Amino acid sequence: MRAFSYVRAASPEEAVSDYRPGAAYLGGGTNLVDLMRLGVAAPDQVIDVTRAVGDRVTEGEDGELRIGGGVRNSDLANHPAVRERYPLLARAVLNGASGQIRNMATVGGNLLQRTRCPYFQDVGMPCNKRDPGSGCQATAPGADTEHMAIIGHSPFCVATHPSDMAVALTALGARVRVAGPDGGRWVQMPGLHRLPDGIPDRDTVLTPGELITEVVLPPPPSGRSAYRKVRERASFAFALVSLAAVLDIGPDGRVRDCRLALGGVAHVPWRAHAAERVALSLPATPQTFARAAEEELRYARPLPGNEYKVTLARNLIVSVLEELAR
Amino acid sequence: MENTLVSRVTLVVNGEPRAVVVDNRMSVLDLLREKLGLTGSKKGCDHGQCGACTVLIDGRRANACLALAVAYDGADIRTVEGLAGGAGLHPLQEAFVRHDAFQCGYCTPGQLCSAAGMLTEAGPSAITEELDSDPPLTPGEIRERMSGNLCRCGAYVNIVKAITVVAEGGPA
Repeated sequence: MRAFSYVRAASPEEAVSDYRPGAAYLGGGTNLVDLMRLGVAAPDQVIDVTRAVGDRVTEGEDGELRIGGGVRNSDLANHPAVRERYPLLARAVLNGASGQIRNMATVGGNLLQRTRCPYFQDVGMPCNKRDPGSGCQATAPGADTEHMAIIGHSPFCVATHPSDMAVALTALGARVRVAGPDGGRWVQMPGLHRLPDGIPDRDTVLTPGELITEVVLPPPPSGRSAYRKVRERASFAFALVSLAAVLDIGPDGRVRDCRLALGGVAHVPWRAHAAERVALSLPATPQTFARAAEEELRYARPLPGNEYKVTLARNLIVSVLEELAR
Repeated sequence: MENTLVSRVTLVVNGEPRAVVVDNRMSVLDLLREKLGLTGSKKGCDHGQCGACTVLIDGRRANACLALAVAYDGADIRTVEGLAGGAGLHPLQEAFVRHDAFQCGYCTPGQLCSAAGMLTEAGPSAITEELDSDPPLTPGEIRERMSGNLCRCGAYVNIVKAITVVAEGGPA
């Protein structure tokens, strides 16, 4: 691991003013420390922001929920307002990582965690995300593509975003508060994470030195919701495909609101706008849900070896929506 | 000139204040094992995937391998050596012995600290049916909540049994 200096920032302003190129913000460290040990990340300065950003969850009078960027995952999932009003989010967080890691990991860090693509994590391999211009081993002949993207990827990068929490936040339409050298701004989800295009080294729209200080949820959507994750073992594994779904059915039996976000399929938590548009106003039937899923996955371009994810994503959308419509 | 790559940290480890100078790269796990001679906490994977390094930090279970010591200045740390809080065994340790909850023993300190932390954690898990409930710790709930601790010997059956006994408050 490269040697680094360490500072603990007391406020977002202090963290941002301490920042210079080559520095890294430290939250719970569950991803960053691992990447530093692997040599994937090599900051020469670590700015501890766990005391700089809020660690509280508060309910606003406007029905919004404000989540400090330093809130630990376990505290978020266990907060009464999250359990009661945003069960989708509680479920997603509880489905991520392990009890130990959820105690350490922060909300801001969860959003900014890096892909678990094995070629990204292996400094002996070419990787356009880690080392721009070096190539993509995941698209080389014989590569293990089982966990790679099926939609929205580019010839430069086929990695997926690993978060469960971010999938729920994408379905819920969270806003992210960011502090930076040029002042503060809001970033709307989906829209925080970006597709790889030709610059996969940039995971998000944040610029160097910007820091997530807070995540704000709009009032919970009407209807029922669910988070379902398909993985290779029952617990403590990343998603092959996951789905955050909200479904509201009117008295006429037609879809009044439908929000779908997929995890494990793309470089971003993938909001399934195409499927949502198809389902809207149609009768809430298995036929409608199948049409919606088909429409979304028309745009899928699986790699040799991960075609199964297309089937899995389609079946997941249909079965979760059927369950919510019951 | 001041060396900015090392830091002085003070931790309370198993009830005793310990002041040490650490390289900023040092994990809490390496600090415990190499600076303080507390080798009960084990290094399995050093990536947060196996749970062998689990300790209680400010009362909550955490992977000591992913915790930079410099970031935990002032923290209260409890390791397997201090789990019982004095002479004798912690009820979990007694239950592990009685129910044969280990074979090689390498994962055991992490299993014990993780279980101790887990038993203080309220609320639902990923498999809990109703989110607004504090469910009883069935074997299924214990398996889900302990999924951050791997046992390569596969002693899970008896680990779950030992934890169940303690969770139910009965004699080990």
